[in-house]
Amino acid sequence: MSMTRRIPWMKYASASNFYPLADRLVPIFMGLALVLAVIGLYLGFVVAPIDYQQGNSYRIMFIHVPAAWMSMFIYLLLAMYAIISLVWRVKMADIMAYSLAPTGAMFTFIALLTGALWGRPTWGTYWIWDARLTSELLLLFLYLGYMGLYSAIPDRQRASRAAAFLAIVGAVNVPIIYFSVIWWNTLHQGSSFSFSEGASMTDAMLYALLLMALACWAYTIAVVLRRAQALILERKKVALWASQISKK
Amino acid sequence: MDIAEFLHMGGHGFYIWGSYGTALFLMVIEGIWVFKRRNKAKKELERMEADFARVDGQGVNG
Repeated sequence: MSMTRRIPWMKYASASNFYPLADRLVPIFMGLALVLAVIGLYLGFVVAPIDYQQGNSYRIMFIHVPAAWMSMFIYLLLAMYAIISLVWRVKMADIMAYSLAPTGAMFTFIALLTGALWGRPTWGTYWIWDARLTSELLLLFLYLGYMGLYSAIPDRQRASRAAAFLAIVGAVNVPIIYFSVIWWNTLHQGSSFSFSEGASMTDAMLYALLLMALACWAYTIAVVLRRAQALILERKKVALWASQISKK
Repeated sequence: MDIAEFLHMGGHGFYIWGSYGTALFLMVIEGIWVFKRRNKAKKELERMEADFARVDGQGVNG
């Protein structure tokens, strides 16, 4: 029990509640992601009919659209945690913001790549400097900039604050991505999916898309919680080391 | 529908499987990566705690 006095556990009060909860949630959400993805892919590849205009290439949509949604959602979440961490100095918020970034960057990359692979047979080009594509590329740079800035500053508190500031300013880009197809005359089409007007696709396509989006959410929750756990332990290690040194 | 026809995807196989293949690859790699990172940190912390507890027990720092 001497450990409880030596390590500043109180500093990690919220982390010590978070950690066992994450242990329980990670396998649940990983399993959920797998099941949802299998059903979603079955609907998207076997049940959904071929598109009379695009042929089969439209099936890329079932990964492209969820990845693009995740790239924006995750960024907004990251920015929200950045605000909490910057204003109220909550350690767990900083850990969550940092844990979200690599997964957000990955989904942004997947959205860009699958978009390019869909664009080639459909538009005749992999890439065009259209407002939607350019702002999504900027999002990738914002993620990379956040991670780069965080790891470039040796003092963790200063790194956290500078990176959080960048993340919050960069959040302006998310509505630009989202509304770009309305504000500008982009080559990228508007949403095929709308809550107000119903969907311009068959039920199988719609459900495939929604299930894949949920699968990506479940995956994100599982992976981000695991990464947050790793960060908690890594920081605890540093704190333990420091407390041991200070006793000498 | 036979397998070859399914994989061919009416001539769009490269784009479709390229998309899903890359996405799956990245997600599997990221998943393995974070699990390993957590397990490594857990092991190192446990070893460190055990080491420090032993050192304290011997009264070296006392």
